[in-house]
Amino acid sequence: MGSTITEKILANASHKKEVVPGDFVVADVSYAMAHDSTAPLAIESFYKITDKVFDKDRVIIVFDHFFPAPTVAGATLHQKSKKFVVDQKLSGFFTNGVCHQLLVEKYVSPGDVLVGADSHTCTEGALGAFTTGLGSTDIGGAMATGKCWFKVPESLKFNLTGSTKKGVYAKDVILSIVGDVGAAGALYKACEFTGDYVKNASVSSRLTLCNMAIEMGGKNGIIEADQKTIDFLGRDGKIFRSDKNAVYENEYEIEVENIEPQVALPPVVDNVEPVSAVEGKPIDQAFLGTCTNGRLEDIEVAARILKGKKIARNVRFIVSPASQDIYLAAFEKGYLQDLVKAGATICNPSCGPCIGRHEGVLCEGETCISSQNRNFTGRMGHPKAEIILASPATVAASALAGKIVDPRDYV
Amino acid sequence: MRAWKFGDDINTDVITPGRYTVTVDRKRLGEIAFIEYRPEFAKEVQEGDVIVAGNNFGCGSSREHSPVAIKAAGVSVVIAKTFARIFFRNSINIGLPLFVCEDADKIDDGDTIELSIKTGEVHDKTKGLVLKAKPLPEFMQRIVEKGGLVNFLRSDGYDNV
Repeated sequence: MGSTITEKILANASHKKEVVPGDFVVADVSYAMAHDSTAPLAIESFYKITDKVFDKDRVIIVFDHFFPAPTVAGATLHQKSKKFVVDQKLSGFFTNGVCHQLLVEKYVSPGDVLVGADSHTCTEGALGAFTTGLGSTDIGGAMATGKCWFKVPESLKFNLTGSTKKGVYAKDVILSIVGDVGAAGALYKACEFTGDYVKNASVSSRLTLCNMAIEMGGKNGIIEADQKTIDFLGRDGKIFRSDKNAVYENEYEIEVENIEPQVALPPVVDNVEPVSAVEGKPIDQAFLGTCTNGRLEDIEVAARILKGKKIARNVRFIVSPASQDIYLAAFEKGYLQDLVKAGATICNPSCGPCIGRHEGVLCEGETCISSQNRNFTGRMGHPKAEIILASPATVAASALAGKIVDPRDYV
Repeated sequence: MRAWKFGDDINTDVITPGRYTVTVDRKRLGEIAFIEYRPEFAKEVQEGDVIVAGNNFGCGSSREHSPVAIKAAGVSVVIAKTFARIFFRNSINIGLPLFVCEDADKIDDGDTIELSIKTGEVHDKTKGLVLKAKPLPEFMQRIVEKGGLVNFLRSDGYDNV
């Protein structure tokens, strides 16, 4: 019987020849990450276990959920986490991007095991690593020991074939999958994306696919690393591949050319429809950014749609590049200038709007179309505000029109 | 103790909205449990009451504030058909008992419940029903018996795994 990539990485990290789904293993972690929202509780747990991190270069703290601090309470939490960074002499402390994007840019390599106190830590699995989200106490334990326990998950295989039609992107593909599989359809499972669509996809698009594995309940998203991954990262890793006779609990065959631009309607992410279902619905805010879709190719798509045009007068269009490196690259390529001239508000890299903390909070009755990954009730502000999830192209085209539109008419 | 019934896919933004979680104060977190989704909950819940839910309870964010808030509000056990995995681990780690129970649907809001954390037996006194929770895997049981991950790592830790 063969093994999947997830099983192989977990076996390697737990010093075993082989593991099978259902096994409990204790794996060495390559990195343990917490952000400003989850670090305070992780630090509390950490100090109850020990007073020294397992490796000052492998414990990473990122301020992204409310940076710069919008409230005194937020600033106070920052102060506490920063004291931990200083006291533990951590080399990895960042305020210049969304944690998952920074982990992609600076740390994670193929074959690694990353644990992060953020549910979207499934994102980095697109680099051929086992990466998963945990809570603060688990991360406090990993910071202390350099280890973490896992129940080896069953794997689901998503075989994606063909190419998408013009105006249809990785976000539409993953929204379509989440809609089909359901919010609990991959509960506790490894979600492995494969097929020629994935092989041909950019690393950014692969990150978008894995980012939303958690929206099906998945434990991790994962894609085999290839030369494209290595070239993108500029660093080596240990490449694991699923065996041909690996065992999957379920296999999904998906022809992506049949996928239209998708939207997820409130109040849950699996409430997915083609964009035509809500075409013409007026919007108050459009948001482009986040760990799902705040990368250079996403900003490029928006800039191409909006260059030389003006967004609708009654719409706030908020753009937050996922990291300062992306911010600078988008500036150098002229994308940010195009967006600003079109009427966009460019914010610093942050999770702020996506989680309703700052830089774009919604009031009662407002509708926002967003490139983010969650549309839960109250997430971006008032519980009677509506969040509709879509691709960067649909977000940008809708900002232009002042209502939800099919992006295929704009690209 | 009273059952507080919830549906499927109850997410962490519903349990503890992100705008309210800029704190680690347990008492405050107890006050904000379900603050917008079910505002009467935190005001009326009594020490020992139970939450009963459908599938995928606790889905969404990794925020540990959610199980901390539920525990701080006085809830003794959450009974659900299935739990989202991060919420499940977080609850075990902080010592909030969870019962996985396929028949959770049979319990209605407001039913009077008696249960044993030790045996996993749930008595719905209102309906005269006895339900049984699925036992935890042995490894997780060891963490629970130590009172959560912190105590587990402080005692034998991973050395004896």
